[in-house]
Amino acid sequence: MIKKYISLVFLMSLLSACATTDQQDASATDNAATGSSSETAAVSSGVDTASAVEVAVESAVQLENVFYFDYDQATLGSDVRASLDAQAAVLRNNSTAIVLEGHADERGSREYNLALGERRAKAVADYLAIQGISRARIEVVSYGEERPVALRSNSADYALNRRVELK
Amino acid sequence: MRVNFRFYVCLIVFFFSGLSAADLVIEVTDWVKDPTKIAIVPFHNRGREVQQDIAAVIAADLTRSGQFSVLDRDDMLSSPSHAEEVHFRDWRALGVDYLLIGRSENRRNKMVVKYSLFDVHTQRALLANEIRAGRDAERAIAHKLSDAVFEKLTGIRGAFSTRMLYVSAQRNELGVSSYRLILADADGANAREILRSSEPILSPAWSADGKQIAYVSFETQRPAIYQQIIATGERKKLTNFSGLNSAPAWSPDGKHMAMVLSKDGNPDIYLMNLATAELQKITHHSAIDTEPSWLPDGKSLVFTSDRGGKPQIYQFTLADKSVKRLTFKGRYNAKASLMPDGKSMVMVHGDEQGYHIAWQELATGRHLILTSSSLDESPSIAPNGSMLLYATKYAGRGVLAAVSVDGGIKFRLPSPSSDVREPAWSPY
Repeated sequence: MIKKYISLVFLMSLLSACATTDQQDASATDNAATGSSSETAAVSSGVDTASAVEVAVESAVQLENVFYFDYDQATLGSDVRASLDAQAAVLRNNSTAIVLEGHADERGSREYNLALGERRAKAVADYLAIQGISRARIEVVSYGEERPVALRSNSADYALNRRVELK
Repeated sequence: MRVNFRFYVCLIVFFFSGLSAADLVIEVTDWVKDPTKIAIVPFHNRGREVQQDIAAVIAADLTRSGQFSVLDRDDMLSSPSHAEEVHFRDWRALGVDYLLIGRSENRRNKMVVKYSLFDVHTQRALLANEIRAGRDAERAIAHKLSDAVFEKLTGIRGAFSTRMLYVSAQRNELGVSSYRLILADADGANAREILRSSEPILSPAWSADGKQIAYVSFETQRPAIYQQIIATGERKKLTNFSGLNSAPAWSPDGKHMAMVLSKDGNPDIYLMNLATAELQKITHHSAIDTEPSWLPDGKSLVFTSDRGGKPQIYQFTLADKSVKRLTFKGRYNAKASLMPDGKSMVMVHGDEQGYHIAWQELATGRHLILTSSSLDESPSIAPNGSMLLYATKYAGRGVLAAVSVDGGIKFRLPSPSSDVREPAWSPY
């Protein structure tokens, strides 16, 4: 799980490297959101033309599906709202069922954390609903602190665990 | 190929670790200042060989209570098993206040243990009794004997014959988790698996008569509350509504289950009539309401709510449906549970140093922080009110620990191979 995260961080830094070298960084992001030509960004950056990287870059920009939260909060930050806007743009074009899994860090009591995870997932569901995604498509499940992605007891890992995953 | 090899190793480790619900080991980390000194002489046995050293089990029980210092066997000058073999002068010289001797007869169908407890100073027998049980029942007999000695010397009913539930979680190298609900003796021995799942298991709870348990299992990928009879293993799904199905808590009369459901949009506390399955919603608030715990009289419950902005403990009285906030100290108070006398409670208390177990008297609001580690949770009180179990982290791993209600005695119950959490101490 940590490995997965590290590789994600690596890809994201690769992506930001792409963006800074690419003069069309803003349009690349916009295009990615509509799913048209993010490949161009990767190719034109000249970092790597391997298809694996292209696919990873595409999914990292276009379909961010983990959304992070502050301690004991379920408020959506501006970065989360931007990711959800991108998600909603894609979701509006299909009718697949969505599961939103809410999670919390390990601090405090387990049942309260279950409720907190649910509150976070519902905040995401409500936002998606405003963006035109039918609530009937969305199921919310909270795992509280039971399914951490990062296992150490420090603030960096806590931040990774306070999340909602869209599946 | 290397990946494959690792995969097989994981499978093997997973398989062997699953063979038995490994018993917890107990380390006492803090004693009372002036523990009572007692000698427990190894019991003589006749008949079938005994599998367990009764005196050692009693010694471990009394040591774990933190109130006794048990004389090392190697320091004993003699090993009497009958009253006439006791030389009080020798025991006095060893600085011992009390002396327990005994002998067992392990027959084909039964076991009989005769024992005597002496006050070394007055040279009088405080207890002289016998316990009969089925064959090979050494541990159960030893715990009963510990109960008798503890009650005689402290005036408090012993809780050594009780049991506990806890959840054990293990994650293999592939990140695949295995959750187990374990039932064990109060000393961690005789651990056995009640339920195993690759999905989370939470919130184990006891019925007041100790015959049934309830818990939350995600085994269907969604949370559901189950009720299970321990003796038969027979179980029943109580709820699997959309949203949270959480925190079951049996009423003291056994007729209702308090629980948390969010089927109507946000988490509220409900009472289910167990005979009719009828649900009654008792809190109506847009905030999180969770972790109900009954007062022993069954007339009110305490629960956690963040209706004031942060999680704090509130009390709901059934008769007039009134809600009253109980905690004001600290930015975080959750998961309260009542002492057997109903006059005080313990809870998870968060401050700048982290999350500790704290005690609070209901009438006065008097407050005491019992633990000093920083990730303490899930307090569960012994039926005699003398100790409580809680979950914490030690060396990066989830462990169970215990503390006396005055904060003076502490011990840990580390598990050899897994994260353990959510202890639930059984009733008598």
